[in-house]
Amino acid sequence: MADTRPGATARIIRWIDYRLPFVQFLNHELNEYPTPRNLSYWWNFGSLSGIMLVVMIVTGIMLATQYTPSADLAFDSVERIMRDVNYGWLLRYLHMNGGSMFFAIVYIHLFRGLYYGSYKTPRELLWIIGVIILLLLVATAFMGYVLPWGQMSYWAATVITNLFSAIPVIGPGIVTFLWGGFTVGDPTLHRFYALHYLLPFVIVAIVLLHLVALHRHGSNNPLGIDQKGPQDTIPFHPYYTIKDLFGLTVFLLIYAFFVFYAPNFLGEPDNYIPANPMQTPNHIVPEWYLLPYYAILRSITFPILFISSKLAGVILAFSSIFILFFLPWLDTSPVRSARFRPIYKRVFWLLVIDVIALGWVGANPPEGIVVTVGQIATLYYFIHMLILFPLIGKLERPLPLPSSISAAVQSGGARLSGAGAPLAKP
Amino acid sequence: MADVAQQNVHQAHPGETRRDFLLLTAGAIGGVGVAATIWPFIDTLNPARDTLAESTTEVDLAPVQVGQRLTVKWRGKPVFIAHRTPEEIKAAQDVDISQLRDPQKDSERVQKPEWLIIVGVCTHLGCIPLGQHTGDPRGQYGGWFCPCHGSVYDTSGRIRQGPAPLNLWLPGEAELASKALYKFTSDTAITIG
Repeated sequence: MADTRPGATARIIRWIDYRLPFVQFLNHELNEYPTPRNLSYWWNFGSLSGIMLVVMIVTGIMLATQYTPSADLAFDSVERIMRDVNYGWLLRYLHMNGGSMFFAIVYIHLFRGLYYGSYKTPRELLWIIGVIILLLLVATAFMGYVLPWGQMSYWAATVITNLFSAIPVIGPGIVTFLWGGFTVGDPTLHRFYALHYLLPFVIVAIVLLHLVALHRHGSNNPLGIDQKGPQDTIPFHPYYTIKDLFGLTVFLLIYAFFVFYAPNFLGEPDNYIPANPMQTPNHIVPEWYLLPYYAILRSITFPILFISSKLAGVILAFSSIFILFFLPWLDTSPVRSARFRPIYKRVFWLLVIDVIALGWVGANPPEGIVVTVGQIATLYYFIHMLILFPLIGKLERPLPLPSSISAAVQSGGARLSGAGAPLAKP
Repeated sequence: MADVAQQNVHQAHPGETRRDFLLLTAGAIGGVGVAATIWPFIDTLNPARDTLAESTTEVDLAPVQVGQRLTVKWRGKPVFIAHRTPEEIKAAQDVDISQLRDPQKDSERVQKPEWLIIVGVCTHLGCIPLGQHTGDPRGQYGGWFCPCHGSVYDTSGRIRQGPAPLNLWLPGEAELASKALYKFTSDTAITIG
């Protein structure tokens, strides 16, 4: 008798929603949110990177409670986390390998966008916000790498901050300002720690903007054509929550493999030697996810016009990311998905090979064939971006596009009963 | 009456009002105030006074034999002190400086020819060049060799090959001191800084 509809929970939700439409918002964006029905597993990497951001923040906060950001104590405090703190080894290995996993996911996400033209109208700002997130990730990862204060930490900090000394006239002053001293030292470590703690939350804010921009027009899809109505979409929940969850499980297996069986495989052994400002390791390499930029930086061994080789290398390394901001306008093809672009579909893989080649170059000492490969690969990268993207769009004759997502899905899998009908919630 | 008078003034300069003037001056003063408030926040990141104070090091050169090289720490950086052999001095002086990337005579880089005193930080990206210890590679000019990106320096610490743009700094030169920041306090002792 007392049980009258609606129930107590529903009444509380209604009370809150009337004042702050929070549940309504979640329902709209994560539950009934209409999503293209044909998304492949390549579309898992957006939500995966969001999950990795949370994992990094949670493990990072726990590590911060035990870590000491002082040049005298940092190395030992990390060793203490590894040996004495309960599950400290687990937190640190999760965080350390999490960085690598995060970049792997983000790079796949980025190349998926490149293949399926996800940066094209009306998603230019979505793409640009993504590139900003990439820049912030690189900065955050670099500063985090300095914190253990091992040899690689110290010399990575020295080499990277010295990049700014290439700026004419004010360069040396900027470097002293960045260091807060005459070398990388205690003040540098303190400020890197402060920024390494701050930037992830800035990234969270920008990721929210990324999501707002995404939900404005919805996800792109493997066909690269617009949603034309409810027959083209399915609700996000449960179809894509399940698909994302399955992808997450597979990913966690890989992540766990590294954390538990090969925790130092992706790192440099030299970083277990305490920082020594008086001795440079014989072979400095950045973490794998920064190798291509490092290769571009080193490949300029000659001055370009009046610009010294050092400054030119720095400019090109930064440009390799900055150029992505202009991609929506460099690519002149109106067709998004490479599936309907016979030339681009093949040329795309040249860029993938090129970036892997740059990674290989960055990992090896700059001698002999490595230098030549690095110079060719650097040249190709910029040719691909500045010449091939505009040119292929003009020259290529795209294949005919399907009339709609549902039409294409039907013709592919019409044996399923009702494949063309709008999918309701089960 | 005052209102009427003011309106006449306005009409004398159409488009410009007293309000525009107030807006611009208030904006300018406000801008200066904001900049003055931001500056302390930025300046905290510059080297602090205790960091600046660690800036002199005294070195006894007596035990350093001809041909030996000594590394001392000054402002957290290694300073290379080379007691050069006559051959090294000759090699450094005989170079045709018009061939150099950063042309500088050997005499501009030393106070006494037998003592070369330079900051041991590669001018490319800040690595420490090798060559201070016996058995280290010294590059083909007998000076120093940077393992990071392969810069080669001669016996005067001048850049000869590789990506570095400049000669190894003299102490203080990177901080824009007008001359090298070291002096001989006796024949066999120096103060750096």
